[in-house]
Amino acid sequence: MTTAQDRPVRERPREERQLDRVTIRFAGDSGDGMQLTGTQFTRTAAAFGNDISTYPDYPAEIRAPTGSLPGVSGFQLSFSSNEIHTPGDDPDVLVAMNPAALRANIGDLPPGGALVVNVDAFTSANLSKVGYAASPLLDGSLSAYNVFSIPISALNARALAGLELTNKQVDLTKNFFALGLMFWLYERSMEPTLEWIDDKFSRRPVIAEGNKRALRAGYNFGETTEIFHERYIVPPARLRPGRYRSITGNEATALGMVAASQLAARPLFYGSYPITPASEILHQLAGYKNFGVKTFQAEDEIAAIGSAIGASYGGAMGMTGTSGPGVALKSEALGLAIMVELPLVLIDVQRGGPSTGLPTKTEQGDLLQVMFGRNSDSPMPVVAPATPGECFEYAIEAWRIALKYMTPVAFMSDAFLANGAEPWLIPDATTLPDISVPNRTEKEGFYPYLRDPETLARPWAVPGTPGLEHRIGGLEKADILGNVSYDPDNHHKMMLIREAKVAGIARDIPPLDVMGADEGDLLILGWGSTYGAIRSAVERLRDRGYSVSHAHLRHLNPFPANTEDVLRRFRRVLIPELNLGQLVMLIRARYLVDAIGYNRVRGKPFRIAEIETEAERVLADLGEPLT
Amino acid sequence: MTKTVDSAPAPAPLPVLTRKDFVSDQEVRWCPGCGDYSILAQTQKVMPDFGYARENIVFISGIGCSGRLPYYMNTYGFHSIHGRAPAIATGLRAARPDLMVWVITGDGDALSIGGNHLIHSMRRNVDIKLIMFNNRIYGLTKGQASPTSEYGKVTKSSPTGTIDYPISPLGIALAAEASFIARSVDTHTEHLQTTLERAGRHHGSVFVEVLQNCNIFNDGAHREFTDREVRDDRMLVLEHGKPMIYGKERNRGIRLDGHRPQIVTIGEGGITEADLLIHDESDPLLAAMLTTLYWPDFPVPVGVIRAIDRPTHSELLVAQVEQAIATRGKGDLATLLAGGETWTVTGDGA
Repeated sequence: MTTAQDRPVRERPREERQLDRVTIRFAGDSGDGMQLTGTQFTRTAAAFGNDISTYPDYPAEIRAPTGSLPGVSGFQLSFSSNEIHTPGDDPDVLVAMNPAALRANIGDLPPGGALVVNVDAFTSANLSKVGYAASPLLDGSLSAYNVFSIPISALNARALAGLELTNKQVDLTKNFFALGLMFWLYERSMEPTLEWIDDKFSRRPVIAEGNKRALRAGYNFGETTEIFHERYIVPPARLRPGRYRSITGNEATALGMVAASQLAARPLFYGSYPITPASEILHQLAGYKNFGVKTFQAEDEIAAIGSAIGASYGGAMGMTGTSGPGVALKSEALGLAIMVELPLVLIDVQRGGPSTGLPTKTEQGDLLQVMFGRNSDSPMPVVAPATPGECFEYAIEAWRIALKYMTPVAFMSDAFLANGAEPWLIPDATTLPDISVPNRTEKEGFYPYLRDPETLARPWAVPGTPGLEHRIGGLEKADILGNVSYDPDNHHKMMLIREAKVAGIARDIPPLDVMGADEGDLLILGWGSTYGAIRSAVERLRDRGYSVSHAHLRHLNPFPANTEDVLRRFRRVLIPELNLGQLVMLIRARYLVDAIGYNRVRGKPFRIAEIETEAERVLADLGEPLT
Repeated sequence: MTKTVDSAPAPAPLPVLTRKDFVSDQEVRWCPGCGDYSILAQTQKVMPDFGYARENIVFISGIGCSGRLPYYMNTYGFHSIHGRAPAIATGLRAARPDLMVWVITGDGDALSIGGNHLIHSMRRNVDIKLIMFNNRIYGLTKGQASPTSEYGKVTKSSPTGTIDYPISPLGIALAAEASFIARSVDTHTEHLQTTLERAGRHHGSVFVEVLQNCNIFNDGAHREFTDREVRDDRMLVLEHGKPMIYGKERNRGIRLDGHRPQIVTIGEGGITEADLLIHDESDPLLAAMLTTLYWPDFPVPVGVIRAIDRPTHSELLVAQVEQAIATRGKGDLATLLAGGETWTVTGDGA
């Protein structure tokens, strides 16, 4: 182990090593600014041209007791010179700002990994808070790692000496010291962050100066200290040419919804009730008023969807967004939207459940709720983007379906997609599809439930249109006429029509694509945010000669028309999900295919290796591979 | 691009409409003798007076007997779900400030299952005309206690009497800052008509409690003070700027004794009309006092309790959108997508 204090500070040239990919995890107290630190590194790496993928992992408590395990907040990011699909299984570098952060994260650091700790936080009080009898920095228990014990607090305080800041304010800047050190270690420019600090604290120049000094102090410490023998370079990735920005799933969702509104030439209305991890979508959309977006922070989840239904009734694009517990509260209103056949988009940013569950952690637990969580048979189309960037195009797709088929549509994201970031090739706005639909204005031949023969959509006759006055509601409607009807045969018919309308969307969505060979031993089928881990696992397995392919469903109701055909061309189908087996249940029930589930509900995304290992196990059970 | 909401065809010059124009082709299916018939009739009667074309009027309801009313109005209508009508109306109002939106609800729908939506629509001053039919019972579900049922009431769900104290609808409306609060009675057709007229002309959130009889499950719900023989002595008809005077002989009134209301008789103990309280629809203290007066301790006040003017939710919402466009320009999608920090990857991946 090396400590910094007693070393003479001198400059000497160091080795530079080129790496394809580096994964860093910043971990500290939830008040230590780890999310910000990670985000700053991410934007810097992204702007440099690396492919990036991030995984913010923060506690539900805003400020849990200082130094406690529940208060540990982490931000993992992977940056690479190749195309990457996940934020990395294991970090190469763990930055632990205190003993709690070390204890909570050390298990994920592989032997030989670099561990940077703020040794100043390893006080006996902090150690005993998390059950360390003695400092792990001194007892040899970390000998498997490459440990860099740095008195970050003290060095940082020295760098900020003379500024009119309280000790507390000085201490709050130490994350920038750590960030500066990482910038140095990976040869990244400090400029974007320095600019960000100036912008952010433009009205508090002393705070800005403190943060800038902290950042530079960390960088210069790397430069002048001798403890790091190497610096690392991760060259830019060979991404598709074009203009990029870094984007999280929630940002892409909000942008996609605004784009859909422009493409449909109708105003967007967003009714929502604050809930983690969906609230950022409300915050974002509230800033897009100059696009005609109206946002409404409702009194509860039910009012949020109720107001969206009202807006759609009036001819706007009514949308609501929430997470699993909120979907539960919206169930009755979703049934109403299905009954009155109005377009609506429900955003479900899934989190760990049941009940309040794990508010800040990821899970894919709501698929069956969204599919079936309503009284009676009440079919609703479901789309699920696979990556943060895809949230944009599937936001538009959700609206395309909602408008064309006059139906509510569920858009399923999750905490991992919502908070995770990746480089996003900015689409050319002029090439985005026209998804507009007309209002019904023609009086002649108007009936509220007379359907388009192809889509089975009913006409959208909005209030204000003369001659089309009519009444809709939650009671069963007479086919075509739309009056209340309790007729048994009519009800049966209407149930079949509602089902056929949604099922028919299968003719209007792209087929299920297969990555790898079209047939073989094993198909790994996924949906949603597990895309990156599955894709990477399949790439590795294929590199090793296994007959494995990957297919990823973005449309979950209806499934693409060729789904069964794809499934039957493989000897085995493995479905990894962050739930106890929901898609696998649907697939087995629908196609009588003996698919196998691989299910983990730990509040964390899959690791690539987990899927790889499970696939190997399934392949081993198959015995001799097909030739 | 196809037709959008903004470019919906302009309504033709308003024809002169009559009550008949607002009668839909649907057969009315309330129980014979129900108080709802009268409310429907008065509603249809006042509708031509507001200067809105039929297509620009929307009736939204929740669940309960009252919820059927939109089917009988030849306007746009939406019979929604339990308690949610104010929320749906809020969204419609936000999207379409050009429409006139009525919400029809009942004591159970508004004050029990939909209580939250009710209070928040009022505190936001959403410009909806909410008419709450109060029969102090659940009628459509065949006779359970409602939030306005009197304490100790024996119903199917409370065979040994309710143990819940009734809620004050007007008190709720006042606490939630509805900008128009009124009360009327199903059988007092002229008064009801006048009240609905005022409600329809109000700018902002309207809460009208209509005392209504359910002749099947709670017959005589309000009979003690609404019956023709007693009503003049047991109800106080409020008029803005006029003294609070009532009684067959027009000789009784309300005055303040300290801060407490007191019933007095003009001509007794030197009391004259000048001693009586003057009704003022803008006075919050007076409104608070009036919401607490009820039979048998006091005559039941009817009429407009409160009417004030403040900006409505949709006005403020539209103003924010307009302000954003004025300061930042109309949003451009390409600019938005390329917002924040961007970088360019060239053909060779550098």
